[in-house]
Amino acid sequence: MLNNGKIAGFIGKKTLRLVSLLIVVCFASFMLIQSSPIDPVRAYIGEMPVTAEHKAKLEEYWGVNTPPQEKFLNWAGDIVKGDFGTSLIYRTPVIDVIKERFTASLVLMGVSWLFAGILGFVLGIVAGMKQGTWVDKAIKTYCYALAAAPTFWLALVLLMVFSVYLGWFPIGLSVPIGVTADNVTFFDWFKRLILPALTLSLLDVAKITMFTREKLIEVLSSDYVLFAKARGEKGLDLVLRHGIRNVALPAITLQFLGFSELFGGTVLVEQVFSYPGIGQAAVAAGLRSDVPLLLGIVIFSTLFVFFGNLIADIIYEFVDPRIRQQEASI
Amino acid sequence: MSTALATVNRGLFRGLNLRQKTLMIIGSTSLLLLAIVVSSVYLGGEPLQTNFGSKNLAPSLEHPFGTDWMGRDMFARTLEGLGLSILVGGLASTISTILTIFLGLLSSTGKTADSFVSWLVDLFLSIPHLLLIILISIGMGGGAKGVVIGVALTHWPSLTRVVRAEIKQLKTQEYIHISRNLGRSKIWIATKHILPHLVPQILLGTILMFPHAILHEASVTFLGFGLSPHEPAIGIILSESMRYLSAGYWWLAFFPGLSLLIVVLAFDLIGENLGKLMNPKNAHE
Repeated sequence: MLNNGKIAGFIGKKTLRLVSLLIVVCFASFMLIQSSPIDPVRAYIGEMPVTAEHKAKLEEYWGVNTPPQEKFLNWAGDIVKGDFGTSLIYRTPVIDVIKERFTASLVLMGVSWLFAGILGFVLGIVAGMKQGTWVDKAIKTYCYALAAAPTFWLALVLLMVFSVYLGWFPIGLSVPIGVTADNVTFFDWFKRLILPALTLSLLDVAKITMFTREKLIEVLSSDYVLFAKARGEKGLDLVLRHGIRNVALPAITLQFLGFSELFGGTVLVEQVFSYPGIGQAAVAAGLRSDVPLLLGIVIFSTLFVFFGNLIADIIYEFVDPRIRQQEASI
Repeated sequence: MSTALATVNRGLFRGLNLRQKTLMIIGSTSLLLLAIVVSSVYLGGEPLQTNFGSKNLAPSLEHPFGTDWMGRDMFARTLEGLGLSILVGGLASTISTILTIFLGLLSSTGKTADSFVSWLVDLFLSIPHLLLIILISIGMGGGAKGVVIGVALTHWPSLTRVVRAEIKQLKTQEYIHISRNLGRSKIWIATKHILPHLVPQILLGTILMFPHAILHEASVTFLGFGLSPHEPAIGIILSESMRYLSAGYWWLAFFPGLSLLIVVLAFDLIGENLGKLMNPKNAHE
């Protein structure tokens, strides 16, 4: 029963939540950075020699001596106006850096997210169908091992095997040497996407496979499947008709709830493959004290996670309210 | 059908029953982990001395994991790194567990407290986990202190969620109502009636938190925010190995990472088997 009142209430509640969340996240992350021994002037001038006079000017410009509350209000005021400041390492507006980097990362995350979801679901269905056989055991072992593997190590191993030994893929850089970013052919770009995407999805597969497997086993031991079996349905047909329909939606929801881990994986994978995405920018910003960029990335990644959760919530609330009831009963 | 399948006793240890087997798995994996920690503590610096006469050697009997560009034995370095990782992970998960117990009990005392705890959980889960650790570790000034605080402050939310749900269910029990009617204070009920029920959940949750904490510590160190490059941490070893990748020194990255994987798996195994012992209802799965 979809009525307008419920939808309006849902949207209102979520908007309120998003706004309050953003305010708290901005405040908390700003204060965290404030408390760290980062010197913005040092970060700006880097290793250049400067006169004391010049330094004092810069200190005034960066507001070293203004109290933190005032600094926060200034910064937050700018954020509300849509001005995220200027990145110290890229020397361009933060918003431009994030736009460019996030698009690259979204492609990477999207590809691996889809691939992991589909592969994980299929593996989970197969394992659940063949529960207890060697196929099931092999899939389970694979999942356990992958769930325990450090992301960056798997990335390193794949890089060693496919780039260093087999030479199928380039070792780093998303753009070939001597070619500007505008002239990259689709194939070049695609070639550099494969390994990072593969790493990311291999790791993601484990969670969704185990979940799908458990759910399918649960469904297959239910009364209505017993009845269907009594009617003569069997094999793949039975699973397709009764299993997949019941398992698909919770599995999709779980995939949306995994945005936070997906982002974390992307940071590590991008670092190993030097893929110019948001994760690499975040690490560079953190290591080289680029505070405006780091805070900007925190805000946008929070939004990213929020929208993942929001989609999962929409599925809970409107598409299949049973999931919510199940969660509540656990 | 599935239960019948699981209880068929075959294989090497068919003389033992399922409980004995479970205990054996727990015992042997704990022993392995203990051996790693103890040997890393008592190993001292001797095999870590630089020896330029034997640099970049491939794995052999003398150096099972090979040597690095300074001639240090990778096996010893890996062992040291694993010990350090386990200690850091252990410290961080202990702090996380204390936070969980505190917040869980706080949430049991009233409605406002409960919504505050759930708000806090949602807040910590709203920033990508790795980014939050990086942020906290920068805020704390980096180094070992930064990474321990970062990992400790970010691993409690999921366990707190579980504990909160458990508490909610416990609070509907008769004996809690009676106790309240007898005039016991909320704190008394929380510590005397609710806490004892949470012990298995929390113990299990802590052990299952270990692998996460270890992996996150290694990741953050790998990215350059955690332990300093002088420490023999796994993250440092792997990030150094990246520079020698194209030279074909595969053992620099392969073995340390694999050992980390085995340690993480060992913790998972212990957690799962302990879960079987503590919660026999689900043991047949």
